Amino acid sequence: MRTKIFRLPIVLILFHMFSYGQSEGMVRIEGARYIPLYGRDSTVVEVKDFDLDVYPVTNSEYLDFVREYPKWQKSKAKAIFADATYLRNWKNDLELKDGELLNSPVTYVSWFAAKAYCDCQGKRLPTMDEWEYAAMADETVKDARIKKSYNQQILSWYEAPRSNENKIGENPKNYWGVYDLHGLVWEWTSDFNSVLLSGESRKDNEKDNNLFCGSASLGATDLMNYAAFMRYAFRGSIKANYAIKNLGFRCATDAENTK
Amino acid sequence: MKKIFFILCSILLISFSACKKNTSKDTALYQCPMACEGDKTYEEPGSCPVCNMDLEAVETVTETEMSSDVISETSIFNLTSTWTTQNGEDLQLEELKGDVLVMVMIYTSCKAACPRLVADMRNIEAQLPKDGKDHLKMVFVSIDPKTDSPERLKAFAEENVMDTAPWLFLRSSEDNTREFAAVMAVNYKKISPLDFSHSNIISVFNQDGEMVFQQEGLGVNSDATVEHIKKAIASK
Repeated sequence: MRTKIFRLPIVLILFHMFSYGQSEGMVRIEGARYIPLYGRDSTVVEVKDFDLDVYPVTNSEYLDFVREYPKWQKSKAKAIFADATYLRNWKNDLELKDGELLNSPVTYVSWFAAKAYCDCQGKRLPTMDEWEYAAMADETVKDARIKKSYNQQILSWYEAPRSNENKIGENPKNYWGVYDLHGLVWEWTSDFNSVLLSGESRKDNEKDNNLFCGSASLGATDLMNYAAFMRYAFRGSIKANYAIKNLGFRCATDAENTK
Repeated sequence: MKKIFFILCSILLISFSACKKNTSKDTALYQCPMACEGDKTYEEPGSCPVCNMDLEAVETVTETEMSSDVISETSIFNLTSTWTTQNGEDLQLEELKGDVLVMVMIYTSCKAACPRLVADMRNIEAQLPKDGKDHLKMVFVSIDPKTDSPERLKAFAEENVMDTAPWLFLRSSEDNTREFAAVMAVNYKKISPLDFSHSNIISVFNQDGEMVFQQEGLGVNSDATVEHIKKAIASK
């Protein structure tokens, strides 16, 4: 009897912890050494064990966050941390625009906002190497990069319009149990600004224009992976206060930080 | 069972306190209605020590105070990270307020681009009028905080005869450095234990920490940069 009395608060607390952070928690990604898909200086990188959110952060979760931390509300975020398009699909500080779904991934968020969100959950943004590592798995294997079907699927998503308006969790989960690394939105990584294409990438163009030509991907270690090249090029072209329609995020933690 | 409950509660507490809530600091201030002590304010209600009258709440901060204290939305002083100078002193960027800042990110073990960036900075500094240098700081920020200890920055500063004003060397944690680079729009990546690949950007900030100009590339003509610095110093 006594134990039963205690069960309820425990269940409530556990439920609360999950609803406060990610609705379905995180999964462990076992680290390994691998060669990332793109990079002029491609070498083996080591990814240590880490935990990754199963889903990207949703509008609903982000709403809880801005309620708690008003300085990240649409009208209050400072321009140096989030540009004018920040939360553009929100009606006001605490409401989405009509037609936007609470369980769609939050987008139009800057890197600073994403970082603050993860910090406030006791987490961090995944590094680019971690994100790419988790994302090279398909439904059955850890490294699906050589599979033709894997690459085709990603590229066909890149062509699909307005996927950011879909709900989380509708794509199949990958080998690690993570959903939506591909097929929904692109995601911020902690060191997105470590991408340097061909030396000082931005100086290769007369204008401060970061559109890269596909032919540059010939420098990639794996020619199959044009999709990965697009991701790196995209990261190399954005700035930390940009809030973009198709760019969301999820959080990670070091494996030793969790029980 | 109780133990588990207790542990869960403490986990919960820790997870809530992990991030300080940053709501606006609405601390009311109190002042003597007779202004016996001038503009002196108290954080708690009470009575004036001179005339014994009850203190009254001061509701609004005057406009002039606002303009000098408030940091604009685009100012780098919004960053609250702590930095250490080559002399081992800690500072927050906001403490540099009032000076025009010319900033560049380098690392001291760099053999390729950094010496040229240092030369560019020296060249820019040499073109500035002497009398404006009281309100100027030429700042090097390390992108390799692991290697670049304050001692190392000090040695680098001395080696380059840059150990006195307006020169300043700063380092912080890797996280803060990444954030700072994000604000400066500098991209960098560690490519070997001692080498980084990085954007070569010199940024100019006015006295309020707002970016007014960026010069990209190595050994480029710095006339425009110099002009912007002069203008920023003059606008004081």
